[in-house]
Amino acid sequence: MNLLVETVLWLVDPIHWSGPDGIPTRLAQHVGVTLTVIAIAGVIALPIGAWMGHTRRGEATIATLVNGSRALPTLGLVTLFALWMGIGVRAPILALVILAIPSIVAGTYSGISSASRQAVEAARALGHTSWQTLTRVEAPLAMPTIGGGFQSALLQVVATATIAAYVADVGLGRYIFAGLKSRDYPEMLAGSVLTILLALLATAGAAGVGRLYRRLTTNEGNPL
Amino acid sequence: MNWVAANTAQIVGLLLAHVAITIPAILLSVAVAVPLGRLAQASGRARGGILATTGILYAIPSLPLVIVIPAVFGLPLRSAATMIIALTVYGVALLARTAADAFASVPAEVAAAATATGHTSGAQFLHVELPLAMPVLIAGTRVVAMSTIGLATIGALIGIPSLGSLLTDGFQRGIAAEVATGIVLTLALAAVVDGSLWLAGRTSQPWTRVAGRARGVAA
Amino acid sequence: MPYTSAPSVQFDRLRVRYRDTDVLQDVSLTIEGGSFTVLLGPSGSGKTTLLRTVNRMVDPAGGRVLLDGSDVSLQNVVRLRRSIGYVMQASGLFPHRTVLDNVATVPRLLGVRREEARTTALAAMARVGLGPDLAHRYPSQLSGGQQQRVGVARALAAGPRIMLMDEPFGAVDPITRRALQHEIRQLHAGTGVTILFVTHDVDEALALGDRILVLDAGGRVAQDATPTGILTNPADDFVAEMLGTASGDRSLRIQDARGAELVVDRSGRPIGVLER
Repeated sequence: MNLLVETVLWLVDPIHWSGPDGIPTRLAQHVGVTLTVIAIAGVIALPIGAWMGHTRRGEATIATLVNGSRALPTLGLVTLFALWMGIGVRAPILALVILAIPSIVAGTYSGISSASRQAVEAARALGHTSWQTLTRVEAPLAMPTIGGGFQSALLQVVATATIAAYVADVGLGRYIFAGLKSRDYPEMLAGSVLTILLALLATAGAAGVGRLYRRLTTNEGNPL
Repeated sequence: MNWVAANTAQIVGLLLAHVAITIPAILLSVAVAVPLGRLAQASGRARGGILATTGILYAIPSLPLVIVIPAVFGLPLRSAATMIIALTVYGVALLARTAADAFASVPAEVAAAATATGHTSGAQFLHVELPLAMPVLIAGTRVVAMSTIGLATIGALIGIPSLGSLLTDGFQRGIAAEVATGIVLTLALAAVVDGSLWLAGRTSQPWTRVAGRARGVAA
Repeated sequence: MPYTSAPSVQFDRLRVRYRDTDVLQDVSLTIEGGSFTVLLGPSGSGKTTLLRTVNRMVDPAGGRVLLDGSDVSLQNVVRLRRSIGYVMQASGLFPHRTVLDNVATVPRLLGVRREEARTTALAAMARVGLGPDLAHRYPSQLSGGQQQRVGVARALAAGPRIMLMDEPFGAVDPITRRALQHEIRQLHAGTGVTILFVTHDVDEALALGDRILVLDAGGRVAQDATPTGILTNPADDFVAEMLGTASGDRSLRIQDARGAELVVDRSGRPIGVLER
């Protein structure tokens, strides 16, 4: 297929591998935005989810939040914030943070609240303060589920960060929008393929981290 | 707002366009995912393969998928069909696992009774397993509906008309009211569809509503 | 296959495997048409498996099952099952259908029109002592005993000439169970269908069966006799253990009392009646 050939040619062309519009740069920007968003979202969402999970309150709110956020168009948030904050990376970051928060809150709530009631009772009976119960009993037991929430958020953000390029000069999405403007379909396809590969890599990586964590922490009899 | 009043016709047109791509996608997702889920529940090996595939499909970013599909299927880039296919892929990826769980929730002795009374496998699926799997299936379909309606806005970025066109157009012309309208209408449409599905779920399962009410005199 | 009279069941060198073990080995016996036969044994004896080979819910690794002389594996399985009444312990009622529609299941599958099927269903319900007021309830609204009755009615509705019953009264309280046992015997007397009844409860077996097949592990037939025969002459230690005669709990004697045979224990205390 002509199109396939052209796309491959685009991808192997050394011009596209150097400079501010080169693949490595765009990739780094994409990953950078993703990690920034996850970090900010984590800082906000972890405490909220942890407290709600610890007090076991607000489950219905979380469910509504998660469901509602599925229908909330990220593109809408990106464009709206860009109109308020101007072109650049701040608007998409804010929009993506809002996108990521529900997953992390839900995962954290689920993990913390499902810590065995008996373990919590025992902790309290032994004289732990609320904070100690949270950090020493509930949190360690909740790690896998919390990790799952982060993983889900990460994958969502990696995928959606493509849109950031619509209002900012960052990320692999630039190839898509630049190609769109200049009707360069091979460029659009190349950008798409790169983004898909990155997302699949991130998925595999996250799964791998999960497996590694499980292997390290369920070492029979050996405390970590 | 003034802008909304002045552009009602255009807004309604885009709303209809949005409905025209999301509703078929939701229906297609269900039509594909439910049999897939049943298959996955019936055979352990099939389950592994199906869930792995849907997991990968779900990981693919949406805009790139919409761009790649025309190249694979030979469709024009800006067609509604492209969008519907992309949305269906996500819908199936989301729903397949839930569907498998839904069929697994049918009690084993009820399935055995259906087989023993002489249902053909088709009759058993249609008249016994599907109705009993319905609550979980409806819940899963609601999730798919919300996700599809939100995701459909992406098409506007490459020129496929939908409520997302309000977002892109509003951004390019600097009209915040237009962008806000796009967001609100998307959420509103999602709420309407979600509510309808919830209602459909309740009315289609009269037996769950009477459960637990006063039992008859001991036999 | 429609039977004009109650069919006989013949097991011919039947062998059933599950995973890597033989659940049933070389079982050969014939069950007379119209009889009430009880398969009695502890769990793991293969009695339920044996029952389920008749309606092909279980497929044998070797041997044949003949229903009224013809091999069940050669028949269309769906039609076969519709001609056999099957009752399970967990009743397996369809929770999403009303009692009436549950009972009408097989007639509907056979293509009977809805109104006619429902009429038939009401008649079947009446036969097991359920009034029409329960027709539009859902199974979850019924007591355990009522649910079991619905299960029996459902098995009867299409007028099968053979019934397979797999510990149908196990999950029900003793008083209700006694009543259901009585009703099933009356049903048998009235309709003359072949009944194959599985249970692990010795008292139930003694009360119900014309003929009792005692199975031990592996589907070996430890004894094949009438209730009286088993009580007075247990074939071996296994059967004796099961009856409790070894510890003298059950009767070694049958006394004649007012036209019924009274089952008494060693100290002459009556513990049951064999009605004939």
